[in-house]
Amino acid sequence: MALDSLCNKRLIALFLLGYMLLNNPLLSLFNQPSMVWGIPMFFGYVFGVWLLLIILIRLAVNSVASSS
Amino acid sequence: MLSTEIILFVSLCYLGALFAIAYYGDKRADAGRSIISSPYVYTLSLAVYCTAWTFYGSVGRAVRSGPEFLAIYIGPTLMATLGWVVMRKILRISRIHRIASIADFIASRYGKSVALGGVVAVIAVLGVVPYISLQLKAISISFLLLSHYPEGAVAVRFGSLSFFKDTAFYVAVLLAVFAVLFGTRKPEVTERHEGLVAAIALESVVKLVAFMAIGLFVTYELHDGMADLFSHADHRPDLRDLFTLEMSAGASVDWTAHVLLSMLAIVLLPRQFQMAVVENVDEAHLKKAMWLFPLYLLAINVFVLPVAFAGMIQFGGQGVDADTFVLRLPLVYGWNTLALLVFVGGMSAATGMVIVETIALSTMISNNLVMPMLLHIPTLRLGRHSDLGAWLVAVRHAVILMTVLLGYIYFRQTAEYYPLVAIGLVSFAAAAQFAPALLGGIFWKGGTKAGALSGLIAGFLVWLYTLVLPTMTDAGLLPLEFIREGPFGLHWLRPFHLFGLTGLDTISHGVFWSLLINTGAYIGVSLFSEQSVLEKTQATMFVDVFHFSQKVENSAIWRGTARVQDLTSLLERFLGKARAQEALDAYAQKRHMDRNQPLTADPGFVTHVEKLLTEVIGSASARVMVASVVTEESFGIEAVMDIVDETRQVIVYSHELEKATADLKAANERLQELDRLKDEFISTVTHELRTPLTAIQSIAEILRDYPDTGKKEQGEFLEIMINEIQRLARLINQVLDFQKIEAGQMAWQVTALDLGRVIRHAVTATRQLFVEKNLQLTVALPEQVPQISGDWDQLMQVMVNLISNAVKFCDPHAGRIHIAMVHQDNILAVSVKDNGVGISEEAQALIFQPFTQISPAGRGRPQGSGLGLAIAKRIVAFHGGAISVQSAPEQGTVFTVTLPVDRTGGIQ
Repeated sequence: MALDSLCNKRLIALFLLGYMLLNNPLLSLFNQPSMVWGIPMFFGYVFGVWLLLIILIRLAVNSVASSS
Repeated sequence: MLSTEIILFVSLCYLGALFAIAYYGDKRADAGRSIISSPYVYTLSLAVYCTAWTFYGSVGRAVRSGPEFLAIYIGPTLMATLGWVVMRKILRISRIHRIASIADFIASRYGKSVALGGVVAVIAVLGVVPYISLQLKAISISFLLLSHYPEGAVAVRFGSLSFFKDTAFYVAVLLAVFAVLFGTRKPEVTERHEGLVAAIALESVVKLVAFMAIGLFVTYELHDGMADLFSHADHRPDLRDLFTLEMSAGASVDWTAHVLLSMLAIVLLPRQFQMAVVENVDEAHLKKAMWLFPLYLLAINVFVLPVAFAGMIQFGGQGVDADTFVLRLPLVYGWNTLALLVFVGGMSAATGMVIVETIALSTMISNNLVMPMLLHIPTLRLGRHSDLGAWLVAVRHAVILMTVLLGYIYFRQTAEYYPLVAIGLVSFAAAAQFAPALLGGIFWKGGTKAGALSGLIAGFLVWLYTLVLPTMTDAGLLPLEFIREGPFGLHWLRPFHLFGLTGLDTISHGVFWSLLINTGAYIGVSLFSEQSVLEKTQATMFVDVFHFSQKVENSAIWRGTARVQDLTSLLERFLGKARAQEALDAYAQKRHMDRNQPLTADPGFVTHVEKLLTEVIGSASARVMVASVVTEESFGIEAVMDIVDETRQVIVYSHELEKATADLKAANERLQELDRLKDEFISTVTHELRTPLTAIQSIAEILRDYPDTGKKEQGEFLEIMINEIQRLARLINQVLDFQKIEAGQMAWQVTALDLGRVIRHAVTATRQLFVEKNLQLTVALPEQVPQISGDWDQLMQVMVNLISNAVKFCDPHAGRIHIAMVHQDNILAVSVKDNGVGISEEAQALIFQPFTQISPAGRGRPQGSGLGLAIAKRIVAFHGGAISVQSAPEQGTVFTVTLPVDRTGGIQ
């Protein structure tokens, strides 16, 4: 149960990270009509963070799996 | 252009295939070999979140406001990170309490409240109806577009068509029929609809494939890849605008509001709750779903922007509804098959949503609205119905048909005025009203029924006022001044600018106020209201669900008497005779009781019946029904909390008990061992004491009885007596010494001494012994022996003991004993060597143990207490030294004592 709660903490931290990254004010930083690597910046940023979150969730969840 | 017949044929084939999968899934489930017990199927079933809104509406939204469409997918992704914390708790609670819907969950949490269940059911239906109408609109429009392309048939106002000509009507009927067929064949609602889940998983795959197909077509066929498409867009200012979110302050709040809304919707929408919670097979699937589901959402959104841009490039300025881009683009280029695939994908998305949503709603309505109403209307007298199970199923079918019909009516009245997305968000906002009651309820024990009720009703009313009522003005049902000036000219009550709040779009505005008032009322009223006994218990069991074992029975809650007969007939009315019998027999078997015997039911049985009923009619109604046959004793809150606390504490203390038991066991074993040793000791010592005493007594008697014995003989007798007395004294001293050493109470007298002198004295003291047996004793001591610190008497005793042992084991007349001392490396080693019988290896291990003696073969019983070497060992140990033996049978023995010379390290 102790490890479980460490995982909970990780996930909550991940949630807060995702929330901060994908909301204003951080979001507005990337709200530019310019292009990065051929992709509009905003979209590139959102999809990039999105993918990153998915990977991090997977990592966090795998550690739950190994403990239980 | 595709003919209507082909479209219809393909659609029916597809729906038929879905149905076949559902049927197969149910059959496998009945056989016990589930096909849906996989985390991938679970994840795909969650994708019912993506409806025609996703399929058609995202592109429309992208065209109108750029990246804003992404917000409702970011929300679920963020919620997925909390999945383990929030969802798992909901899953666990729902499993234990046999929850079948959101209404059930909330009702159960707040003391199995019938009122709350009803309110939640009503809000759910009214909130979801617009969403259903959205799906109907999407299917109808796409169907018409596909079949009438390129004529502008879609410009027809639906409201003016008679509904026999209205495609949407037939679509609605079809969907309703399918929902009925899919979901409601058996009365139990917590029995999973495995077939349904399988079908939904398949249609999620179809959705994704179809959208990917159109995306790839647009990107790589119509253009030369993403980079080309985006650079095209870069050169058009109207498209470039769509690269970014609107810059105004209000718009940034909208993004956040949509993210929050969708975070709540992914859990609280009836269809999501159904799929994620009720249909969940294994809690562990949650782990995979937490990252796979966001991945699905990401995948289905990758091509939205390219399609939006391509559509703008193709149709820009022609006044084409952007919601239809996905369908129009392949049609324009003559890719009819692809268009058909897209249509099937969109239809897939819509039908999945309608089926699951209406099934969830029908459960809620039948269990939480219809049943309670009927129970409270005495005129209907349910007693007349002998088989309520079938009747319940009929009620659910009716509800499904009615819900779809309502959706159709709403569609005809208002839906065509709004883009798909706006309608959907209104539904999200309705589902969000459950958040304080539900999410608050699982983390805060203080949330009361009154609080939940107030919050829900208040939030719902605000939702109605700010988000639904205004749509009536556009449909002409309410005057426009209502929006512009507020009701009765009250400016601060304007539906879009309540209390003067400006700068938010209508959705954010409505969500803000409704949730604020909802949460405020929930918390405020909860803090000021009391909870009933049942409420408190339920609250504890929900919030602390992880502290209870998986199998906790809340059997202690019922305290009253009921006749088994009454309970059985109650069950039969809802489950049918056969199933009721089955269930009760299973219970009786588990409890090893003969069901026919007792007339009154024990609390465990009553609870079990309640559980079985919950599966059919929900917890609130089940409670009412069971209460009607149980004469309940009222009992105070202390008793209940005691019971609940007890259960929890029992589990905690049982762990400690186990530990304590293990400790006690070990201690007991040790005691027994010591006991045995004590017995051994007593028997040995008493024997040893008795022998000399007997001898002394005999001799004394002889001397008394024969006073004429000669002086010489008398002298001999007295000599023996003195020897025996000395022996006795030695024995007693040994025992006392041993005991003192063991207890650490030995009074050591440490002085500086010369070990050589000790040895010589010992030899002198034992001279008698080896002279008697005619043994030869030699001593080899170095000239200079350093002094050591030690207790003279005790060291003497050690040497005496060693010498006497050597004497014992030597053959008379042939034995030789040699004592030597060596000084080396700051250690004095004294060895006592004899050429006697030797000691076997097994015996060598034992001789230093107390009360252990070995008998030299053929020498009769060993004499002494068996303590000599044990004491010697302890004395030597006290001096910081060691004693050891080297021997083999028939090869003599060498005992070696080593003592350190070092003053500081020696004595302890």
